[in-house]
Amino acid sequence: MSRLKLFVPVGVFLVLALLLWRGLYLDPRTLPSVLIDKPLPEFELPTIEMADVTLSKEDLPDEPFLLNIWGSYCLPCLQENPIFMAAAEQDLVPIVGINYKDKPHLAEMWLEDNGSPFEYSIIDEDGRLGINLGVYGAPETFIVDGNGVIRYKHIGVIDYQIWENEIMPALEAVRAETAQL
Amino acid sequence: MSRLMFAPARSMRLTLLTLLAALMLSAGPVQAAVDAFAFDTPEQEERFRHLSNEFRCPMCQNTNLTGSSGGVAEDLRREIYMMIMEGQSDEEITRFMLDRYGDFILYRPRLTGETILLWFGPLLFLLVGGWVVMGIIRRARPVERVAVELDSAEQERLRKLLEKVDEPS
Repeated sequence: MSRLKLFVPVGVFLVLALLLWRGLYLDPRTLPSVLIDKPLPEFELPTIEMADVTLSKEDLPDEPFLLNIWGSYCLPCLQENPIFMAAAEQDLVPIVGINYKDKPHLAEMWLEDNGSPFEYSIIDEDGRLGINLGVYGAPETFIVDGNGVIRYKHIGVIDYQIWENEIMPALEAVRAETAQL
Repeated sequence: MSRLMFAPARSMRLTLLTLLAALMLSAGPVQAAVDAFAFDTPEQEERFRHLSNEFRCPMCQNTNLTGSSGGVAEDLRREIYMMIMEGQSDEEITRFMLDRYGDFILYRPRLTGETILLWFGPLLFLLVGGWVVMGIIRRARPVERVAVELDSAEQERLRKLLEKVDEPS
């Protein structure tokens, strides 16, 4: 018994080492969202494409869609744009943009220069919709189901791997669930 | 000449260092963000300052809302200001932040199942440490007792040994 006790420090060391090892690979910037499985907040905002019409929650797609927070100032958004463009061309999923804390004329130029994968981009110039969505910086991407409930959130750039391994499976899961109901 | 220069040069350097130190000390805390908010009462302003200090900036992570110039921190300060002016209580404002950003936004997290280790982890480590120290102390005691209590045979042997030391052969 006392022999076994000798191994206690080794055990403690191993547990600590394992925890710290895991800590090395945690990204402190990706905070868990408290808004998963909560309905989208209410809003009443114009879009870049239609400046004189305001949209609300009810106007959003009634099938699962992506909600992408972007801005013309945001370099990572430029990086993930080709992925969204390809997805839009292949009609994989409707993508709605939220132009977050940007100048609408700059956003318009950005879309002309880089192409728009969005059905439309909701203008959130003062960032209030962003706050209600718990956003802390572009890019962030939500998966919203057909009933306007947030089902998934990805923080940061979406590259091809993330698209294939995270976004598409999560989207398929939401779709399967919607089809069951 | 070079010898004469030596002393004044050193004192000059000292003066400069002192000046530099004085400058650094007098700079005080740097206010990163200055918003032009107008309050009706000093109490509202005090509440605003208190709340901005209590919430953590979700973007820059290791500063509070007061010390952060990040876009979202600016917006959150504006929200706090507007809610104070609307007459909302501190609890309502905290609830607003929690509903959107979760426990992360609080520098003093609430006591819940998820944060219990955060609150009492240090106490746990103290208890484990205390337990280890107690074990060491308890094990050390018998060694002392054996060293002090000799029976008569041992006393005799000790006396003989000491005699040997006194009269080296």
